Amino acid sequence: MAAPQQTAPGRAGSPQAQDGASTTAIEALERRGNQSKARKSALALLSASWRPALVLAGLFGVWWLVTALGLVPAYLIPSPAAVWDVFVAEWPQLLQHTMVTLQETVVGFVLAAILGVVTAVIMVYSPTAEKSIYPLILFAQVIPKIAIAPILVVWFGFGMAPKIILAVLIAFFPVVVSAVAGLRSVDPELLELSSTMGASRWKTFRKIRFPTSLPHLMSGLKVAVTLAVTGAVVGEFVGADQGLGFVLLLASGNLNAPLLFAVLILMSIIGIVLFLLVELLERIVIPWHASRRNNLVLAGG
Amino acid sequence: MIGASVLDREPDAHTTTSPIIEVEGLTRRFRSKRSETVALHDVSLSVNQGEFVTIAGPSGCGKSTMLKIIAGLVPASEGSVSIMGEPVRGPQKQIGFAFQRSALLEWRGVRKNILLQAEMRGMDRKHAAARADELIELTGLTGFERALPHELSGGMQQRVALCRALLHEPRILLMDEPFGALDALTREQMNVEMNRIWRETGTTILLVTHSVAEAVYLGNRIVVMSPRPGQIVETLEPGLPAEREYGPTMQDPRFAAASERIRILLGASQSHD
Repeated sequence: MAAPQQTAPGRAGSPQAQDGASTTAIEALERRGNQSKARKSALALLSASWRPALVLAGLFGVWWLVTALGLVPAYLIPSPAAVWDVFVAEWPQLLQHTMVTLQETVVGFVLAAILGVVTAVIMVYSPTAEKSIYPLILFAQVIPKIAIAPILVVWFGFGMAPKIILAVLIAFFPVVVSAVAGLRSVDPELLELSSTMGASRWKTFRKIRFPTSLPHLMSGLKVAVTLAVTGAVVGEFVGADQGLGFVLLLASGNLNAPLLFAVLILMSIIGIVLFLLVELLERIVIPWHASRRNNLVLAGG
Repeated sequence: MIGASVLDREPDAHTTTSPIIEVEGLTRRFRSKRSETVALHDVSLSVNQGEFVTIAGPSGCGKSTMLKIIAGLVPASEGSVSIMGEPVRGPQKQIGFAFQRSALLEWRGVRKNILLQAEMRGMDRKHAAARADELIELTGLTGFERALPHELSGGMQQRVALCRALLHEPRILLMDEPFGALDALTREQMNVEMNRIWRETGTTILLVTHSVAEAVYLGNRIVVMSPRPGQIVETLEPGLPAEREYGPTMQDPRFAAASERIRILLGASQSHD
C-alpha cells in the first residue's frame, strides 16, 4: 500500500492547485446548488426585458401623441385607440386569419428545417452531391421569391400549398447554410479519435457530429423562422382568400388604416412568438451552449 | 496500488519477445499543387511491450504524422507498420489515442466524456462505468464527474482525455504532444502523473513532444528526430529508474547528459526548452 501514500500529493493537490480555471469550476458547482433555477430564470427574464419594454412604451407614447395632436391625418396613421377598436370589433375574423397565416408559416418552417438538415447532411457526407446540389441551392436563393409567387399560384391555386412552398423556399437557405457550417465545425481530431474507437459512421454522426452542429443550426433556424412568416405573407399577397396578407391587401384597398395597423401588429406577434419558441427550443436542446451566452432576450443564464 | 486488479496486464503479455509496434522504412510524402514535401523519410523503429518511448523533435519534423500512421489514420507512402504482428491497414481499434487539444465533447460532463469510448465500442456498460470511476480516481478528477469541459482547467481537460484514451485498457497508448498547450507547472504535474500511470498500468506508450525535459523525464527510450524530412537521428537510453521523482530526476547527471545530447542534436536554436 505504498503507492497511494506516495502519490497522494499529486492526486489530492492537483484539482485545487491547478490554476485559476479550476476555481471557476468550483464556483460553477456552487452556483448550481445555491439558487433555484426558476427564480434565476425569472430574474434573468426581468432584467433582459425591462429595457425593450420601456422603449416599446416610449414608441407607443410618441404614436399616441402624434395622433392626439393631429399632426398626421388619421387615414395615414390611426390612433392607438382606433386600432384597439378594430381588434375588439373584428377579433373572431382576425384570429381566424391569423391562424391561417400561422399554420402556413409553421408548416413551411418545419418542412424547410427538415429538408435543409437532410440536404446539409447529404452535402457534408458526399462531395459529389455537394458539387451538384450547391449551385442549384444558390440559384434558388438568388431568384427573388416574390417573383416565384405568381407561378406557384398558377400551379397550385389559391389554397395553402403555394404559401407553404414559398415559406419553405425562403426559409430553406439559412437552414442549409447553417447546418453545413455546423456539421463542418466538428474537430477533425475528434473524428479521427472516433475511428480509432471503431465507431460506425452513424454512431459518429449521432454522438459527435450532429450535436456539434446544433449551435450553428439553431441560429440558422432562428433566421429561418422569421423569414418563413415573410414567405407565407408574400404568398397571400399574390393570391389568397384568407390569411393576414389577404386582409392587409383588403385593408389597403379600402384605405382602412386602423385594420392595416392591426394586421401588422398581428404579423409581428406571429414572428416574435415563433422566434421565442425556437429560442426556447435552443435552450432545451443545447443548454451547454445557451448558458454561455447572455446577449439574447431569453438567454439570461 | 490503485485499481491494480483491472489495470494490471495479464502476465503472459510481459513475456512477449517480439516488439509490440514495428515500424519499417516508413516514408510519407505530401503532395501539393506545385511541390512535394517529404514529411518522413525511411523511419524504422520498434517498440517493446511495456516501454515508454518518447519522440523528440522540432515542429514539423513529421513526428505527429508518424503517430497517425501508426494509428492507421494516415496511410504511409512507403514502408510498413505492424502492431502486435498485424500489419496496419486502416484505423487501429486496440490503441488509445490522445491529442494536443483534449478534443472533448462540450455538452458532456467529465464522466460521460470518458464513457464515449465505451459507447462507441459497445463495451459492457457496468464494466465501463466501474473502469471510468477508477480512472477518475487515478487521475484526481474525483468531485468533477459532472463538470462540463468549459468549467475545467486545461490540465484537467487533458486528464479527461487521458482517461478516455485508457478506458478500454489499450495495450498501446499513442500521445501527440498531449501537454503542449499547458502551462509549465501543470505540465510538470501531468508528467509526474504520466510516469505513475505508466508504471501502474504497464501500458506501452509512444509520446511525441517538442519539449526536451518532457522527453527525457518520461521516456525510458528517447527517439530524436531531425526537421523535414523527418528522420531518426539518434536513440537514447539514459537508464533512469522507472520511478522518477521530478526534482531529483532533474538533478540527475544522466538526465542532464541526455538533455544536453538532445539539445546538441536538435541544434542550439531549438534549445529553448
